[in-house]
Amino acid sequence: MAVMWVIGGTLVYLAISKKLEPPLLLPMGFGAILVNLPLSGALDQNLPGIGEVTGIIDWLFKVGIGASEAMPLLLFIGIGAMIDFGPLLSNPRLLLFGAAAQFGIFATVTIAVLLGFDLKDAASIGIIGAADGPTSILVSQVLKSKYIGPIAVAAYSYMALVPIIQPFAIRLCTTEKERKIRMKYNPKGVSRLTRILFPIITTVIAGLVAPASIALVGFLMFGNLIRECGVLGSLSDTAQKDLVNLITLLLGITIAASMKAELFVSLDTMKIMGLGLMAFVFDTVAGMSFAKLINLFLKEKVNPMVGAAGISAFPMSSRVIQKMGLEADPHNHLLMHAVGANVSGQIASVIAGGVIIGLMSGLM
Amino acid sequence: MNTDIINSLKLMGMGMGAIFLVITVIYLAVHLMLRLTGGKKDEPDTGRR
Repeated sequence: MAVMWVIGGTLVYLAISKKLEPPLLLPMGFGAILVNLPLSGALDQNLPGIGEVTGIIDWLFKVGIGASEAMPLLLFIGIGAMIDFGPLLSNPRLLLFGAAAQFGIFATVTIAVLLGFDLKDAASIGIIGAADGPTSILVSQVLKSKYIGPIAVAAYSYMALVPIIQPFAIRLCTTEKERKIRMKYNPKGVSRLTRILFPIITTVIAGLVAPASIALVGFLMFGNLIRECGVLGSLSDTAQKDLVNLITLLLGITIAASMKAELFVSLDTMKIMGLGLMAFVFDTVAGMSFAKLINLFLKEKVNPMVGAAGISAFPMSSRVIQKMGLEADPHNHLLMHAVGANVSGQIASVIAGGVIIGLMSGLM
Repeated sequence: MNTDIINSLKLMGMGMGAIFLVITVIYLAVHLMLRLTGGKKDEPDTGRR
């Protein structure tokens, strides 16, 4: 228990002092302390003479995550409403980088299996590489992994650490010359009709090809449709601000239900933290490698760093790429390309989550 | 070889294949939409809709 207080305190410290994902890490840190106090009334208890008493954190977990994965799914409506797919639609080729940068998920699954995790837990750990907290929580919950707490902590911590992880991986795999590659930005006009049809068509395609991804993709695209339709400005604002804030507020403290000392304090948690880091590095390397591969066939070369933005951590990753592009060459503006690849990563990561759920049911 | 390792490799192959398939179909659909709508921009993106 004392170890969990320290971990909880550390998360609160990182959130406040270092500003690492404060909306999630602060509630998770405080929740970790809350559920690890002796005889915590925030958890279900069996009191002598009274019987079973429901604790609020356990109740929130059962209703909000356990029963239907409602919280992470509802969060996707807000995320969808926040995303402008314009840069991606004006250069749809960037979609492919989002797909390539999901490789880290699957590489991590294999390494987790080699480290002794069973396939179900390994798949849940691998999804940290989706670089998307709600997807990680949802997949690990659907697969009934006992490591949902450490997975959520790893997913959110590493998302916050993208500005440190990605430059390291990028410098490791690219030359100065490659980082200096300039890309012209000639966006095609994107009509309102295209913006409206995109979320609908994406949902239908994902539903037909990978049905298990439909809840994730559907809610993300529903949020985006609200944004793009042009007649639901008030709902769009609510989804982007109030809904996201409300769910985020509760999601962090609810995840704490899976941060009880007996579940969290173990060598496996340390392994999961290490594997999560690997997943982010593999994603970055895979995105860049894919960019280098397609450069073999292109006249106008793609800066490999744009491939690294195919990781879903939006918008941190695109900012990192823009900064590194400018460091390599003060006139090398990669932001819009990186944003396109980055939002593509958001779509690909939710598809990856659904695909894993679908495939795992056949493999288990 | 351990069954879980084989299954994890199958998951990798089928998973990446499925993601690329979905993304490629979406790419083709977007490409088609851009062609059909002539790539014309109806209105500036104000950020708030």
